[in-house]
Amino acid sequence: MSEYILEMQHITKSFPGVKALNDVSLRLRPGSVHALMGENGAGKSTLMKCLFGIYKQDEGQIILDGEQVEISDSRTALGLGISMIHQELYPVLQQTVMENLWLGRFPLKSYGPLKLVDHKKMKADTAALFKEIDVDIDPEELAGNLSVSKLQSIEIAKAVSHHSRIIVMDEPTSSLTSDEVEHLFKIINSLKAKGVAIIYISHKMEEILRISDEVTIMRDGNYIGTWPSDELTTDLIIKRMVGREMTQLFPEKTNVPGEEVLRVENMTSIRDHSFKGVNFSLRKGEVLGIGGLVGAQRTEVIEALFGLRHLAEGKIFIHGKEVKIRSPRDAKKHHIALLTEERRATGIFPMLNIVDNNTMACMPKYRNKVGLLNDRLREIDTDEGVSSLRIKTPDTQTRIQSLSGGNQQKVLISRWLNTNPEILLLDEPTRGIDVGAKYEIYSIINRLATQGKSVIMISSEMSELLGMSDRIMVMSNGIMEGILDAKDATEEKIMELATAGLV
Amino acid sequence: MSGSRVSKFMTQNAIYIVLVVLVAAISIYSPNFLSMTSFRDILIQSSPRVIIALGSAMILITAGCDLSAGRVVGLTAVVSASLSQMPSYPHPFFEQAPNLPTFLPIIIAIAVGACVGLVSGLIVAYLRIVPFIATLGTMVMTYGVCSLYFDMEPNNSQPIGGLRPEFTVFGSGSLDLGFVTIPYIVIIAAVIAFVMWIVYNKTVLGKNMFAIGGNPQAAVVSGINVAATLIAIYVIAGALYGVGGILEAARTGGATNNYGNMYELDAIAAAVVGGVSVTGGIGTVPGIIAGVLIFTVINYGLTFVGMGPYWQLIIKGLIIVIAVAVDVRKYLARK
Repeated sequence: MSEYILEMQHITKSFPGVKALNDVSLRLRPGSVHALMGENGAGKSTLMKCLFGIYKQDEGQIILDGEQVEISDSRTALGLGISMIHQELYPVLQQTVMENLWLGRFPLKSYGPLKLVDHKKMKADTAALFKEIDVDIDPEELAGNLSVSKLQSIEIAKAVSHHSRIIVMDEPTSSLTSDEVEHLFKIINSLKAKGVAIIYISHKMEEILRISDEVTIMRDGNYIGTWPSDELTTDLIIKRMVGREMTQLFPEKTNVPGEEVLRVENMTSIRDHSFKGVNFSLRKGEVLGIGGLVGAQRTEVIEALFGLRHLAEGKIFIHGKEVKIRSPRDAKKHHIALLTEERRATGIFPMLNIVDNNTMACMPKYRNKVGLLNDRLREIDTDEGVSSLRIKTPDTQTRIQSLSGGNQQKVLISRWLNTNPEILLLDEPTRGIDVGAKYEIYSIINRLATQGKSVIMISSEMSELLGMSDRIMVMSNGIMEGILDAKDATEEKIMELATAGLV
Repeated sequence: MSGSRVSKFMTQNAIYIVLVVLVAAISIYSPNFLSMTSFRDILIQSSPRVIIALGSAMILITAGCDLSAGRVVGLTAVVSASLSQMPSYPHPFFEQAPNLPTFLPIIIAIAVGACVGLVSGLIVAYLRIVPFIATLGTMVMTYGVCSLYFDMEPNNSQPIGGLRPEFTVFGSGSLDLGFVTIPYIVIIAAVIAFVMWIVYNKTVLGKNMFAIGGNPQAAVVSGINVAATLIAIYVIAGALYGVGGILEAARTGGATNNYGNMYELDAIAAAVVGGVSVTGGIGTVPGIIAGVLIFTVINYGLTFVGMGPYWQLIIKGLIIVIAVAVDVRKYLARK
């Protein structure tokens, strides 16, 4: 038998315009915890999606117990003994714990020709399973009444019930308290003792160094290396995660920040596990970057500035005057624009053409005296947007869904420029956009700042934050950990602040 | 044209092609079908349905659904008829016929329709109840209100008749141009269709309607007042059902509380067959008109060739399912 239970060898996966994985390998020993680390976008989830057959790798093999396997879907993966505990859990809240656990494979009992669900056996099996991994949950409790930590235990029990020999855990501790983390580690250790191998994805250095046996680090879709945990330190990991050459080029900065335009004081969400006590200011013609890991609540902060989320406390000042922003319409009145992170879900109107998409945020502006829309004017403005932002499209009557991601993004930028904003909130403006179009988006942002518009840009790409911002605010776990001057900022410093708030 | 362009043309214009094929097929089977009388009858029968469908389709485009349409038609038919009786009619709705000027019952009926729309709109926009359930509620309530009114002394649920000729002329009169006469009801439907084409395509309301149906979250982010837009759309739809109710009363010269029963389903079926997407965000006025015409042609044409009404129902049902299946295909292919 081979030394490894799982070997993913030389996996390469490309998407149009992006090489998501480039010759990545991962070797997993039975009965061990293997941490998979890398920045957001390093390719961790893509690699896991290849393991679960959600994506098919272009090149490379997956070898299980020394035999090459083809995994075409997550069902096959489950059959081969590979399970995943997702970061977000989706239990059926209205059903009991045991019904969730055995969903789709309830034990049946025959009553003559009838086959009915055997609740008695289900309860006994569930209790036995919980005892095995040392979890104390009533099998008949409603899933909706349980904490995240207990729901996670149910997922782990489910993996055990499938006789999984490999369990992938994606940021399992992101919403757990420290006691709950201890309990999770206890479960992990008992799984290890049974010979189960665990792939552990997390950003939390201390946790990784404590629980894992080996660490594999990825960066920009490349395999950096695998080391035994006891040879690593937090500093070493960070250096290997971010230590790349700046390969991406950014346009030269020409903007000169002026007087203060926006100031927020003690901004606190009405939700419990969101941002707290956030303070910052924004100057005219400045680009303020916001860095942090997924879950740092950066999106929530700027959505609150745009009136999409509500504040329990805090004040917003525009040009020194306190303002209340309770809806996107309020935000528009104060000349604030928001480019959302999820372009498809909250940005484009896929079935409408470019003219409609371009003018949707300021339609009333185009009404003539009798209240009808002046289509000529809408087309003129759209043509102008298309040429000044260099949007590539056959014509302005084309449905936006047929454009590339980068061009859709430019139409959305153009939509907001039509509202004549002073403050632009950009949430991951280059996500899912190919490299060439990225550069163009950067140029547009620089040009806008030079023209005196103020920009807040959330980005999970270090190089983008460093290359585009005047100052960089770093958040961790809902707390603003610090604001760095871009001139003195390094990837290591940002990473240090970004992980500071994690337990 | 290459193969792919032909198939593209076919999917883009499927609805109009179906209409032409249908007329051609019936005409081949029974050449007498192609006559001015048939043409005229089909247009007259389609007119109130076009008006109702144009309202119902607006709500479908916002990714909603209005079940109250038929009952609003019934209520407004009864209201307008009850206020338009001849004073000399032996079974008056009111002890003393109100003898109002002709325009007043019309305005009142349209306002009543708009009010029901306002209630549905408020429920959908502010109570955030899904439109299917919200309008199920207003549908049942509207029927209750209509029946109570219809059952008042001295009418006691007797069919309302004896309507004044100035009122019924909208349903049965024609504009005489010498060489041809055009029924007023068709003129009214054409004018309303034109106005609604403008509302759909040339107003902020229309653009917001497509935006809300196409991507509700993006509409909020764009600063569109979603609640106000939805309420306005339900009110306009209600007013259109009111016009439909008035025309039904005028066309038949009377009304009962069961007028308009199931019209909401006919309207939804016509809109969907006419290319309105059930998931919202898509729909055109010409498509909706063609959808209504298809159903009238089936109804009229199949009766013309002697097919029984039960067979017609089976064919209508099949057409609805096939039309939506084709519609869904369009989006599946795009993914």
